[in-house]
Amino acid sequence: MELLGLFNYWVFAVLLMVGFYAVIAKPNMIKKLLGLAIFQAAVFLLYITMDKVEGGTAPIIQAGVDAIYSNPLPQVLILTAIVVGISTTALGLALVVRIHEAYGTIEEDETQQKDLEA
Amino acid sequence: MSLASQLPALQVVVPMLTAPVLVLLRGASLAWAGATAASFMAFAIAVALTLEVQAGGTQVYEMGAWPAPFGIELRIDALNALVLLLTTGASALALLCGRESLARDIDEDRQPLFYAAWLIALAGLTGIAVTGDAFNVFVFMEISSLATYVIIAAGPDRRALTATFKYLIMGTVGATFYLIGVGLVYMMTGTLNFADMEARIAEVADQRPILVAAGFITVGLALKAAVFPLHVWLPNAYTHAPHIVTAFIAACSTKVAIYVLLRFDFFVFQGNLEGHVVQFAGFLAPLALLGIVVGSAVAVVEGNLKRLLAYSSVAQIGYILLGASFSSAAGLTAGVAHMFNHALAKGALFLAVAALAMRFKDLTLDGLAGAARSMPWTSAALVLAGASLVGIPGTAGFISKWLLLSAAFEQGALGIVSVVVVVISSLAAVVYVWRIVERLYFDEPAADVPSVQQEAPWLLLAGVWLAALANIYFGLVPGLPVGLSEAAADELLRHLP
Repeated sequence: MELLGLFNYWVFAVLLMVGFYAVIAKPNMIKKLLGLAIFQAAVFLLYITMDKVEGGTAPIIQAGVDAIYSNPLPQVLILTAIVVGISTTALGLALVVRIHEAYGTIEEDETQQKDLEA
Repeated sequence: MSLASQLPALQVVVPMLTAPVLVLLRGASLAWAGATAASFMAFAIAVALTLEVQAGGTQVYEMGAWPAPFGIELRIDALNALVLLLTTGASALALLCGRESLARDIDEDRQPLFYAAWLIALAGLTGIAVTGDAFNVFVFMEISSLATYVIIAAGPDRRALTATFKYLIMGTVGATFYLIGVGLVYMMTGTLNFADMEARIAEVADQRPILVAAGFITVGLALKAAVFPLHVWLPNAYTHAPHIVTAFIAACSTKVAIYVLLRFDFFVFQGNLEGHVVQFAGFLAPLALLGIVVGSAVAVVEGNLKRLLAYSSVAQIGYILLGASFSSAAGLTAGVAHMFNHALAKGALFLAVAALAMRFKDLTLDGLAGAARSMPWTSAALVLAGASLVGIPGTAGFISKWLLLSAAFEQGALGIVSVVVVVISSLAAVVYVWRIVERLYFDEPAADVPSVQQEAPWLLLAGVWLAALANIYFGLVPGLPVGLSEAAADELLRHLP
């Protein structure tokens, strides 16, 4: 049952590698950014998974209720990381727009070719 | 509470809050004045903090009065103080003398936005250097990186766009690796505070997630620090960025990543993981040596002045890491001192390049032939800074190279190899600096370059000379950087078994 118990971590590893593959292997810049977004989303999953405490509930303290709480801190951390991820993607897309204006293409090999010709 | 006790927070808050004001100001001159004033204020705060650290040891500041490890703690020791000094100093000097150069590269109406992005980059870099919290480091790292991408891509050169895109991809991958590592450490220790982490990690040090975390964090930060072979984003980003931006980021952005690497690997992991000293040295020493060899070799044959200096940076990062990978007091002192001295030399060189670029369009070595005739002062400053890069006695570069060689001699076989590599690479540095000098001084100007040329604007020239003379000053009176480096090495090695 070890395998199923660690299901989230397996998904984390697979997503991480899918994203990383796209970042490395795809010459298209939009696809690279998509890969980067998947790569970052995998890490969000890692953080969200680690805060789960078995039998734990939402961390809202109520008088007279004695419960086990899940750890809220990683969720707060990952909220910040999601904001960072969005900013990165937005900036990356803005760059791609400007690259398209300047080069007329968003394929990395073609921009390199045009730089060599210039 | 007095103002002085708030200095660690103000270090970050001043540039960060000035940035949105600049956007509202909407005037290029006002924005420049505001950014420069904020940079100088940040530099003054860094100097004050350094004095306090020298007088009273580590400064601790509790953010929002929440005690660590629950709140975020700002923690400034000698190493942080040194990084703060060079970051804020580079920003202040580059902004002060860079106005006319930047005005050529960036449209008038975009300048306030550009200066705001610059200040946010500065706030991020200083934030990394003051905080004692691992996740806080990630947030500031991304703040500074995102702003740095903006200012690199701001110039008229379209190749800057593709260079920035590459930097963005690699930088984000590096930061995400760091985030994975911090997550794994948090999973095992339940804390994000460096000092608390260091204490708690001992109990779980033999578990695999900690080892994996050490790997992720080291590789992620090596990407950010442009350690060979993860340096491929660096040459293009340095070459095509606006010249003043290159002077700023070449002086500090990779250094700050190296600072985090040292902080994590020595302060948190080193004393606790079995064999970590060996693993750290075994991983970084070969990369450092290869980086020195390859960086110097490419610089020797490179024809574009900015790219030549960028590859020389790859080699210099190798020196810093080589010192650190010895894991000895002498080695770390040399590495940290070289961080400071290399920032001085490269900052001065790239400022001189910016000055040359005011009068020469073509920054290849051929295009600059005979430039010393029309720009004797700029060329002389470039030669001084180049001498510091080579490590000629009497310059700052000599001090740290001497420290590095003395540290290497204590190391046995690895030390001998290191000495050989450092000496060969210094000879290579002589060759590539001489190639610049030869073109500037002894070659006839190309026929199509107008013969009546004048010196760079006086403010830019003053900045170049200030940076070049700093190289001489810290070569003759090396007390400040070396003293801080020794204190930093002590602090980093305190926890070694």
